[in-house]
Amino acid sequence: MLSRVADSLYWMSRYLERAENTVRQLDVTMSLMLDTGGASAETRWQRLMASLGKADGVPWNGDMESMARTLVFDGLNHHSVTFALNGARENARQVREEISTEQWQRLNRLFHHMHSPHTLVQFRSNINDALASVLDGIHLFKGVSDTTMIHGQGWQFIRMGRYLERAYATATLLEICQPELFHPQEREHSGYQYLELVGLLRCCTSFEAYCQVYTAELAPDRILEFLLLNRDFPHAIRYCVDCIRYAIESIQRTGGRRPPEELIAIIGRLHAMLGFTTIGEILAGDTAGFLHNIREQCMHIHESIYRYYVHYSIQSALAS
Amino acid sequence: MSAGHTVELESLFGDYPLDQAFDEMREGGGDVRSHYRALAETLARLPQDELQRRKQSADLSFLTQGITFTVYGRDEGTERIFPYDLLPRIITAQEWDRIERGLTQRITALNLFLRDVYSDAKILNDRVIPRELVYSCKHYRRQMRSLQVPRNVYISVVGSDLLRLNTGEFVVLEDNLRVPSGVSYMLTNRRVMKRTFPQLFHSYGVRPIEHYSQLLLATLRSLAPEGRPEPNIVLLTPGVFNSAYFEHTYLARQMGIDLVEGRDLVTHDNIVYMRTTDGLKRVDVIYRRVDDDFSDPLIFRSDSSLGCGGLFNAYRAGNVTVTNAFGTGLADDKAVYAYVPRMIRYYLDEEAILPNVETYILSEEKERQHVLANLDKLVVKAVGESGGYGMLIGPQSTAKQREEFARQIEANPRNYIAQPTLDFSRAPCLIGNRLEPRHVDLRPYVLFGDKVSIVPGGLTRVALEKGSLVVNSSQGGGSKDTWVLEQ
Repeated sequence: MLSRVADSLYWMSRYLERAENTVRQLDVTMSLMLDTGGASAETRWQRLMASLGKADGVPWNGDMESMARTLVFDGLNHHSVTFALNGARENARQVREEISTEQWQRLNRLFHHMHSPHTLVQFRSNINDALASVLDGIHLFKGVSDTTMIHGQGWQFIRMGRYLERAYATATLLEICQPELFHPQEREHSGYQYLELVGLLRCCTSFEAYCQVYTAELAPDRILEFLLLNRDFPHAIRYCVDCIRYAIESIQRTGGRRPPEELIAIIGRLHAMLGFTTIGEILAGDTAGFLHNIREQCMHIHESIYRYYVHYSIQSALAS
Repeated sequence: MSAGHTVELESLFGDYPLDQAFDEMREGGGDVRSHYRALAETLARLPQDELQRRKQSADLSFLTQGITFTVYGRDEGTERIFPYDLLPRIITAQEWDRIERGLTQRITALNLFLRDVYSDAKILNDRVIPRELVYSCKHYRRQMRSLQVPRNVYISVVGSDLLRLNTGEFVVLEDNLRVPSGVSYMLTNRRVMKRTFPQLFHSYGVRPIEHYSQLLLATLRSLAPEGRPEPNIVLLTPGVFNSAYFEHTYLARQMGIDLVEGRDLVTHDNIVYMRTTDGLKRVDVIYRRVDDDFSDPLIFRSDSSLGCGGLFNAYRAGNVTVTNAFGTGLADDKAVYAYVPRMIRYYLDEEAILPNVETYILSEEKERQHVLANLDKLVVKAVGESGGYGMLIGPQSTAKQREEFARQIEANPRNYIAQPTLDFSRAPCLIGNRLEPRHVDLRPYVLFGDKVSIVPGGLTRVALEKGSLVVNSSQGGGSKDTWVLEQ
C-alpha cells in the first residue's frame, strides 16, 4: 500500500476518534454541571480542556453555551469537533479510491451535517440531541468501515489510528482525573462523588460494561483497573494496545517486511506493562507517572510508525 | 402509434421548435424517428410528476456518490455535480458502425503521424504538412525525437469529439490525444440510467459499455516494458484539486490499481519506484493524467511539483511505460487537425471515413484575410487550448470581442484557427416539465494497445443553456447517456 495512502487512512481514523472523544467528554461535562454540588463550572471546564489535552483550547469566558459551541463548531479552532471532522473528510477525499463508497458517503453526510445551519439550530435548542447525532454519524462510519472494507493493510492502518488515539486520550483523561478520584474533597456528599465516578466511566462509554464486571458498586481503584487493564473492553488501554500490536502484526503478514526492533520493542514493552502489572502495584507506586509513561510510549509508537511506514529515507529503502 | 398517443406526444413536445438543425429525435416534418419511437411513447405514458421524480432521484444519486468536478477560478475546491439529462441519446447500429470504422482509421493515422514526426519525419520531407506548422507547435517535444515507445503506440487513450451536421452526417471536431477526461461520467450515467428506465433500457437492446475499465487495464498491461510479466500499473493524478480527480479515483478503483501522485514516486538508476508501507516498489506502467509540462521537473517545467524528477529518463531507458506518450499534443493541435484527412491518405492510402470540419489556417495570408473579414460568422479557437477556453463564437460575439481577437490573430496567427459556425445537431432534454432541444456532441472513447477498441457509445455532452453551442462541463454543459443499439 502507498505510504501516503496509509498515512491518510491513519489520520482519517485518528481525527474521527478525536472528534468522538471530544463530543463524549463535552456531553458528560455538560450533564455534570446540572448538579450544583461539587466543582465549580469553571473548574469543570478547565478540567475538560486538560483531559482533552488542550489546556488553552477554548478559554473560560463564563458563557457555557458559547464555549461549547466553539468547541463543537468552530472549524478554525484546532481543538474543535468540526476541525477534526474536516480533517477526517479531507484525508478520506485524498484516498477516495481506497475506501468503500459506503464509507465515503457516511463521512460525506456527517461532514455536510456539521456544516448545515440546521445542526446549529438543533444545538441551541437541545445540546444533548445535537451531540448524540454527531456520535451516531461517527458510529455509522465505523460500522460500515468494518463491514464494507477489505480487512487488509488499509483497514489495519485505520485500526491503528483509532486505538492509538484512544489509548492516548484515555491515559490523558485518567491522568487528569486521578488526583480527584483518590482524594475527593471532604465536604463532598457521596451522591456527588457517585456522579463524578459515573461521569468518568461515561467519558469512556464504559459505565454499563463496568457494572457487568464489578456490579454497580463504584470504587476508584476498580474503575482505574477496568479502564487500564481490562483485556476485553474496547475502551480499556490494555485492549487498545493489544489491538495496535495485532494491527502491526497483520500489516507485516500482508506486506512481508519485518518492522524494526525498535517498534516491536516499544509495543512489546507497553503490552507487557499492562498485562503483567496489578492495580495494587500501580496504586502503591507513582500512579500519575505510570499514566504519563503510557502517553509517552504512545507518542513513541506514533513516531516509530511514521518513520518506518510513511517517511522513511529513500537511501535506506534502496539498500534493503 | 395509436391516436391517443399522438395527442399525448403533442402535449409532451408542446411548441418544441424544429428548424434546419438536425434533431436527434424528430424528422423535419415533426415525426419521431423510428429508433426514438419507443422512448417517446414511454415518455408520453408517464404521469408528469413521475419524470420529475425520476430526475430528482437521479440527481440525488450523483450527489451522494460524490460524483463531482471542481470548478476552477472560484473558491478553491468548489465541488459541483455534472448536470445529467434524463433522456438517452440513441445511435443506430448502422451509424455506429461508420463511427467505429472512422475513428479506428483516424487514430491509426494519427499514431503513425506521431511516430513519423518523432523519427524520420517523412511526411514533412514530402511536404504534405508544412514543417513550420509542426515545429512551431507548443506541444511538440524535441525530447521525444528517436525515442522508441512500447509497441509504437503513442496514443493509447483517446477521446475524439464528434458533431452531427444538418445533413445527418457525423464529423470530427477535434481529437483529444493528451489526457482526455469524462469517461467516468459515461460509465456512471449508464448506471443511473439503468435504474431510471430499466424496462425501456431492456426493450431497446443497448450494447454494453461497462467493460471499459477492464479494456483499459488490458490496454495498459499490453504496453508494459519487456520482461515484466506481472507489471505494476498505476494511475498518476495531479491530486485532489484537479477538476477530474473524481474520475481518477473512480478509474483506479474500477481497475484495482494504485492512484499515485508525483510525491509518491521516486527514481533511482532510471527505475521508477513508489513509496509503499512495504518499502519501495517498482512501477512498470503509468497511466498519466498529468500534462506533459508538469510530469518531470528535470525535463519540462522545473517549477512543477506534480510530477516526478527523473521520470522521463526512466521512460527513455525503457524501464517504465508512460501513456499517453509525451508530445502527443502535437497531433491534436487545432491547426495540425486541418491536415488529418491528408495524413489518412498519406499513411493508409484511404479517404477519411469521418470528415473534418472545414478549417482555416491563419498563418496562411489568404485564409487569414478571409477570416478577419468574416469574424462575425466564424468560430475562432486558440490551437493549444481545450475545455472551451480561448474561443470566439462569431455570431454570438460583441464588436469589442471581435476586435480583441483580430488583434491577437494579427499578433500571433499560428496560435489560432477558424471554422464556420456549425449548426450541429440537437437532442430533446428535460427542461422543467417539458422537452426542449439542446445542442449535443459525442465523445467516444478509443483505446489503443495491441489493437484499437472502442466501447459502443461515449459521452454525449449537452449545451444546457438555450441556444448555446458550448458543451464543456466547465462552461455550463451537461451530459446524457448514449445508447448504441444492437441493431
